[in-house]
Amino acid sequence: MYRSGYVLRRVAFAVVTIYIIATLNFLLFRVLPGSAVTRISRIPNASPELKAAVIHQFGLDKPLWEQYWIYLGQLLRGNMGVSYVNQQPVTDNLWTAFTNTIPMVAIGTILALVIGIAVGVLSAVRRGTASDHIGTNLAVLFYAFPTQFLGMMILIFAAGVLPVAGMSDAFELDPSTWGHLLDVGKHMILPVLTLVLTLFAENALIVRSSMLETLGEDYILTARAKGLPRRRIIRAYALRNAMLPTITLIALSLGSIVTGAILIEIIFSWPGIGRALYSAVLSRDYPMLQGGFLVITVTVIVFNLAADLLYAKLDPRIRA
Amino acid sequence: MSTILNTTATPEAALTAPAGPTGFRYVLHEIMRQRSTIVGLAIVGLLLLSAIASPFISPYSVTVSSCGVFDPPSAAHWLGCDGAGLDVLSLVLHGGGVSMIVGLSATLIAMTVGASVGVLSGYFGGWVDVLLMRITDYFLVVPQIVLMIVIAAVWGPSLFHVVVVIGALMWTGTARVIRAQVMSIRERVYVRRVAGLGAGHGRIVFRHILPQVGPLLVANAVIAITVAVFDETALAFLGLSDPDAVTWGTIMEHAFDRAATSAGAWWAIAPAGLAVAFFIVGCYLVGRSIEDALNPRLRVSYLSAHSWRLRPLVGKKPEAI
Repeated sequence: MYRSGYVLRRVAFAVVTIYIIATLNFLLFRVLPGSAVTRISRIPNASPELKAAVIHQFGLDKPLWEQYWIYLGQLLRGNMGVSYVNQQPVTDNLWTAFTNTIPMVAIGTILALVIGIAVGVLSAVRRGTASDHIGTNLAVLFYAFPTQFLGMMILIFAAGVLPVAGMSDAFELDPSTWGHLLDVGKHMILPVLTLVLTLFAENALIVRSSMLETLGEDYILTARAKGLPRRRIIRAYALRNAMLPTITLIALSLGSIVTGAILIEIIFSWPGIGRALYSAVLSRDYPMLQGGFLVITVTVIVFNLAADLLYAKLDPRIRA
Repeated sequence: MSTILNTTATPEAALTAPAGPTGFRYVLHEIMRQRSTIVGLAIVGLLLLSAIASPFISPYSVTVSSCGVFDPPSAAHWLGCDGAGLDVLSLVLHGGGVSMIVGLSATLIAMTVGASVGVLSGYFGGWVDVLLMRITDYFLVVPQIVLMIVIAAVWGPSLFHVVVVIGALMWTGTARVIRAQVMSIRERVYVRRVAGLGAGHGRIVFRHILPQVGPLLVANAVIAITVAVFDETALAFLGLSDPDAVTWGTIMEHAFDRAATSAGAWWAIAPAGLAVAFFIVGCYLVGRSIEDALNPRLRVSYLSAHSWRLRPLVGKKPEAI
């Protein structure tokens, strides 16, 4: 049962990481200079009584460990506080934002993966030819474009052709489910396009170098010596093995997906979690900021865990 | 090849004569032979020069407005004007210096931490390795930009904070790569012999291991600068950089804040964005050619693009495959 041992170890690591992040989340807002605590009690022209009342209301007069204990307990019950801005529970706010983000990011990431792998494999197999140069240079160029620059350019030049702001039309003419889906889909085109353009490049470059390493392996030479068809060597021998390091690297690039998604949501006013984080930063809405940080981080950790487990399934050497 | 064969003809010669293009000089030679290095260095050099010369060559002030809001490019203002009536060309020239300094400083922090962790972990192994790598794992899995946003938001917007935050979170990749390299160098015969001759840990690390991982560190640093510059623009876009500083990031942020997108003023955004892109391409090209030179495995490929010929690849450029 060595297999379950591996799974257990990875899951344990993920759980510990989430615990550390939750603790960090607690400490960051209390320990850093200019932290939430000092900000909260710094009300202009406030009487000492009001200050004391506010500090007491937020439970900031209790000892740190007791605050920590209460924080962990509330977190486990799914209570992340109340947003300063709209007085709604942070959990509700974030859940709405989260469900808006997921389809956009999922479609973008999958498209970027497919295109990235195709471009990467093609340039590796045709190394040194014109198509390799075009593919690689294009990938490097898009890799280098700042997401916000690309997003704003797309927004400016596509304005009028496709919807550029929000997730659906406020004055929707067709209230049926299909009409709504079509409308959301239309709004999604430009954000997804931006995400794909910024993400496919990194994938393509990773896949290309991974493929190049694999194509230098002895088993490729053996396969060629056996006279196997070229297609089969690329697909069954090279690509399969090249995908192993690719999965890890792509899992590690989840962070850049998040970065891209945040910037894109801001530019295209997509009401997702990145935009929620942004407005929390702007209005110093600490409960939302903390909650957003926690939700995004935990999501990334969970996807990382999934990538780790997938990797183990594909590569038996890892499981030992 | 021939020089190596000649010098190894006698054992004495092999011990005394410098054996052909090996080690650091060989790597340098390999790097400079690639066209991408030259192109990359040219791009970065040009941007650096224009940033250094910006006080003398920028046509207008970056604090006093010299034209209308979002005026399109014209003969007087080659790249147009931004939302505050500032000349975009002057802004981009000025912003480059600050952006590059931010990127470089953050990279210095990251490389120092990364190299220290990597060397300590790889050289000493044991519980030091386990502890440091566990910490690295945690840092690696957390989405850095989100952590950066939270820290910068709580700490307050400032360029110094941005540098520290980026530097403190960017070292993980370097630490891992350096660790792997150090682990393999540690086991090499010459290091063991030096240790046998009584050299201390300090001497072994600084005299014999660091020079070996040097090129790898440089390759990492060059790539890390691009990430740092990128992250600076992202943090600036969220309003977490110093709002008064002129950087490539804040130029784009100010344009977005003042609704350049609805005004259709692409000229207020594109120059700064393209400058970042050029800088990143330049660094990337240099970094990649260093990595290529360090990884001879990439020079072998048993599946060539041109038909089914199998060629001897020894001593050929990677492009020949």
